[in-house]
Amino acid sequence: MTRFLAWAMFLFGVAYFALPLFGMTEFSLRMRRGVYSLDAYRVVLGDPQFQATFAYSTVMALLTIVVGVLVVVPTAYWVRLYLPRLRPVVEFITLLPLVIPPIVIVFGYLRLFNTSSWLPLTGTAAGTNLLLLMGYATLSLPYMYRAVDNGLRTIDVRTLTEAAQSLGAGWATILARVILPNVLVAVLSGAFLTFAIVIGEFVMAALLNRPAFGPYLQLMGANKAYEPAALAVIAFVVTWVCMGLISLVTRFQKFTPAPR
Amino acid sequence: MAFLELSALQKYFGANHVVRSFDLDVAKGEFVTLLGPSGCGKTTVLRMVAGFETPSSGQIRIDGRDVTALRTSQRDIGMVFQAYALFPNMTVAENVAFGLRVAGRPRAEIDAGVREMLTLIRLPDLGGRYPFQLSGGQQQRVALARALAARPKVLLLDEPLSALDAKIRVSLRTEIRAIQRQLGITTIFVTHDQEEALSMSDRIVVMSGGVAEQVGPPFEIYNRPATRFVAGFVGTLNQIAAEVIDAGAGRLAVGGAEIALGRAIPPGQGTVSLALRPEAVGLGGRPGDIRLAGEVSEVSFHGSVVRVRVEVAGGSIAVDTFNNAASRPPAAGERVEIAFAPSDVLILGD
Repeated sequence: MTRFLAWAMFLFGVAYFALPLFGMTEFSLRMRRGVYSLDAYRVVLGDPQFQATFAYSTVMALLTIVVGVLVVVPTAYWVRLYLPRLRPVVEFITLLPLVIPPIVIVFGYLRLFNTSSWLPLTGTAAGTNLLLLMGYATLSLPYMYRAVDNGLRTIDVRTLTEAAQSLGAGWATILARVILPNVLVAVLSGAFLTFAIVIGEFVMAALLNRPAFGPYLQLMGANKAYEPAALAVIAFVVTWVCMGLISLVTRFQKFTPAPR
Repeated sequence: MAFLELSALQKYFGANHVVRSFDLDVAKGEFVTLLGPSGCGKTTVLRMVAGFETPSSGQIRIDGRDVTALRTSQRDIGMVFQAYALFPNMTVAENVAFGLRVAGRPRAEIDAGVREMLTLIRLPDLGGRYPFQLSGGQQQRVALARALAARPKVLLLDEPLSALDAKIRVSLRTEIRAIQRQLGITTIFVTHDQEEALSMSDRIVVMSGGVAEQVGPPFEIYNRPATRFVAGFVGTLNQIAAEVIDAGAGRLAVGGAEIALGRAIPPGQGTVSLALRPEAVGLGGRPGDIRLAGEVSEVSFHGSVVRVRVEVAGGSIAVDTFNNAASRPPAAGERVEIAFAPSDVLILGD
């Protein structure tokens, strides 16, 4: 009976997730009357606006990953090494972006950095891009911090640091050549999650009026029938490719981290 | 002038006084071991020399230079850790080359240095392997090579053999000592294993409660312990209570039997504690030996040595005799006579 219930729950879960996906994908193939075709995908992929917004979001995602790595890796490393008692506090802070809605963050930005403020970032496209980048870095913080912190948990951070110090290495060398390579898989996991989040993000990009993929998705959804379904499938595939890459890099790691 | 000087080192962790006014002079090329039980402060002293802990007060000088305020990376030391601490993302050769690369040495010098070190530790063909592909003993040899590659002034070994199994531990300690002698590098070795300390060191510092109880060569530490703690911690020690009959003549009473040490006992003590190493006591004896009668309570076989525990009037005495296939050791319950030379008896101070 228990076994039957377990299978029933599993099948229900699969149906819950798979049926809408199947329906959406099937609908995206029905642009040509009477037959299945890839017309909707052809239209979407050939749209210059799609290419521009997707490229913009891709570049922003990559920059967000760079900012995230530069901020999170040294912070998580430092907390683990010298401030272990502050870990719960830091973890709480990194979770705040999950609690505070993005719209609140954006309105905060607009209030602080509008054209009549002491730092009028919204006055230029570059300034607004920078603001959006920081917003994305904030949104990705819970995922990036957790991934890196989990990576650091698998190595003996203190002893490796002390070994490198005894060999004459300074902080930059230790971080770049000892710590980062040993948590690279964790960093990549965080990076792919960040990429997936940024590619589909709507609220921040729309309210800061930047040409990102999220607002483009919304625009298409409001005006077209089949193309939004094709776009949603594309976005879904991008996310799943990111997830697949996470498991791939884990599998092809050449070395095994030192046990703690 | 000493090559490594530790002067009046003190260390507090909050209200905990871990190291108390610790002084030590180490000559160039000398192998000195800090020996003591857990929590005695030996690792803290080593970590202060390495620069991982800042002394609360005192001074550390290496080759005449005050390094007390310098960072670890500026002290010109090499260190080997208990947990190997090899960089898992680097091959053996890259690990060994790390210190040389950080120092900005030319490529040819790095390659030659790595080859030399791998030959020194007898792993010349394993340069391309990752640490997880090596055994524990091999990993620790690579860690030693890595620490030595940049030719540091002082080598620090923090219980490097503790994580290894017994057989590897014995062979590796011989190897470490041979390499240290070959390179003539000044070395501080931390261990809680007295056998390692006795077999490897030029001098041993026995520590307890953050204080150096005794500093001296292994022979002196073992045979002439300065304090009751050193006598009890280094090696096995039999202690029997004795009443002083005549301090000037060295006459004592153990149980009902009177014994004569043939030398004066420090005056003013009614009872003293006599200490004897198990190997200094025999079953039977030679003319002139002190003899005490007792009953065998336990016999344990250790391969080359058989330890017989005999209950005498003043206490329990362990007797070590060489294993002899031709003669059977006494059985538990058997009455025997133990004997020892008066010169082997130590009278313990506090």
